[in-house]
Amino acid sequence: IDETLLKMSKQQPTQFINPETPGYVGFANLPNQVHRKSVKKGFEFTLMVVGESGLGKSTLINSLFLTDLYPERIIPGAAEKIERTVQIEASTVEIEERGVKLRLTVVDTPGYGDAINCRDCFKTIISYIDEQFERYLHDESGLNRRHIIDNRVHCCFYFISPFGHGLKPLDVAFMKAIHNKVNIVPVIAKADTLTLKERERLKKRILDEIEEHNIKIYHLPDAESDEDEDFKEQTRLLKASIPFSVVGSNQLIEAKGKKVRGRLYPWGVVEVENPEHNDFLKLRTMLITHMQDLQEVTQDLHYENFRSERLKRGGRKVENEDVNKDQILLEKEAELRRMQEMIARMQAQMQMQMQGGDGDSGVHGHHV
Amino acid sequence: MDPLRQSPSPCSSRPSSPRTPPCETLGYVGIEAVLDQLKIKAMKMGFEFNIMVVVIEEKGVKLKLTVTDTPGFGDQINNDKCWDPILGYINEQYERYLQEEILITRQRHIPDTRMHCCVYFVPPTGHCLRPLDIEFLQRLCRVVNVVPVIARADSLTLEEREAFRSRIQHNLRTHCIDVYPQKCFDEDINDRILNSKIRRGQPFHLIPCLQDRIPFAVVGADQEHLVNGRCVLGRKTKWGIVEVENMAHCEFPLLRDLLIRSHLQDLKDITHNVHYENYRVYRLNESHVLPRGPGWVNLAPAPTDPPATPGPWKVRRRAHDSSDEEC
Repeated sequence: IDETLLKMSKQQPTQFINPETPGYVGFANLPNQVHRKSVKKGFEFTLMVVGESGLGKSTLINSLFLTDLYPERIIPGAAEKIERTVQIEASTVEIEERGVKLRLTVVDTPGYGDAINCRDCFKTIISYIDEQFERYLHDESGLNRRHIIDNRVHCCFYFISPFGHGLKPLDVAFMKAIHNKVNIVPVIAKADTLTLKERERLKKRILDEIEEHNIKIYHLPDAESDEDEDFKEQTRLLKASIPFSVVGSNQLIEAKGKKVRGRLYPWGVVEVENPEHNDFLKLRTMLITHMQDLQEVTQDLHYENFRSERLKRGGRKVENEDVNKDQILLEKEAELRRMQEMIARMQAQMQMQMQGGDGDSGVHGHHV
Repeated sequence: MDPLRQSPSPCSSRPSSPRTPPCETLGYVGIEAVLDQLKIKAMKMGFEFNIMVVVIEEKGVKLKLTVTDTPGFGDQINNDKCWDPILGYINEQYERYLQEEILITRQRHIPDTRMHCCVYFVPPTGHCLRPLDIEFLQRLCRVVNVVPVIARADSLTLEEREAFRSRIQHNLRTHCIDVYPQKCFDEDINDRILNSKIRRGQPFHLIPCLQDRIPFAVVGADQEHLVNGRCVLGRKTKWGIVEVENMAHCEFPLLRDLLIRSHLQDLKDITHNVHYENYRVYRLNESHVLPRGPGWVNLAPAPTDPPATPGPWKVRRRAHDSSDEEC
């Protein structure tokens, strides 16, 4: 039957043939079914933003998703900044566009890079990422796997300051600490302070430093050979522009007779959506066309890495090199309790099934 | 202090660049600028000092300008005490001067390598001062004239700039940071008026008010572009040209006027009469040369211990003044 199918596909390569035609199985309709199901189910995506205060992260996120994720935001004063440690703030918003629902979670990391001594500044962030993996692993190993919520971080926008000369020691240290856990997309913030030449120089410098320190950033997959030329060209352009240098704004400014989103300066208007002014559109395109890929890489690479490491450690969460025996004991007890609960649940379920299937006898195991 | 009357005497302890001719009066240096670059490695902090010396002449007035740059400041992951090498360097210059001054046979004119002004660049986050800025400014304002500026101001719109500026001013007040021109050093009513004009922030030569323009929002450029037939210093982008000397674009002219055209001498005077004197009194007290009396100044030692809370300071004017003034 394979040969007939093959012959059939060679005769009518890409069009949908009449279902009445003999030899047509119909599984070519699968992608449509997947598409419909996905649209119904909606998409989930978790994006983390990391960078020093004042680099325009919140503005950029609001600009990307045309929303206000931080309606009651209060920027802390100087005294508070001195006291503060890194926080994790996750905001979820449901966006719908043409019937397609996206449940977007943005994880913000206020306090990163603020302190005079930033040595411990990324511990909180790494714990958060690991926690999401841990939770997913736990859910995946559980009994009811139908409604696993995926809160794993699919992508991290790392904001690089345009005021320096490339990566700072903190940037390098942080990216190296998370490049095996999450897809890193480096972004040059507040790009309207750079001339074209400065931008090119900075991008090249950053790429060189990324290579020098063996930092693994997210690489866009090459376009497949069967894609059309436009898509291939777009992918080429995107790849050549990394790291993206962006400007964010949700203010409407009048420029050249029309209203555009931008920033008004005495010397001109920076248009957010003008590709000659900055890479905002490229960043948005990349995010949207590669959302699926970002999720896949998170699942197939980062999560699997985490999972195998975790299971190799024998289910023991080792935080320091010196393992506390008491702690192991406590954890083992907790594990035991969990196992017992699981068994109890399984028994209860089996009982219910028995009761449901066997209408006559309400008692388990007794046969008349 | 008159540059024309400066006699040469390069400090023996400073490593000399091969291009500096050994001992000569400035008058023989010549019209063209002499650019020397000395690199001095700061103490283990991971950043160096770049010291550049240039002699400029304009309309017969010669100025020997020394610019000390601190590339790498604040770039490390742990920036704790990153201000120590800078404080150390400043105090070292005071020390050098003091050593010359207390000699029995001393030169007619003591070579002045003291820091007359420190320009502190605040990054344009748009929020408020960072913890690092506050720590640094608190310490440095007690030993040197500090002029904070909002750097790379071309990344802030005019509203963002004003909001940022007022927040910074609030921060400075809250943390008792007295930047130049310091309110407490206004010697008389004329000074007070003049300086409050600067503090109130209006173009100097245009008068009346210059208040609350500090910190100035500046943009720097070294390239010239053609704008409306004029050749201007600026930064060219796809959406326009930022003209550095255009008051509508940024406040570079205010900074230039303050530093060079109007307050150059005052910066030197305050350094000599106030900061240096404070240092001198502290050192003399430390070495128990002076008996503790009404003139004794309680100043935390500058380089090593950070002051717990920056307190008000008494100022002792020059030794031959008859009266002590307090601020």
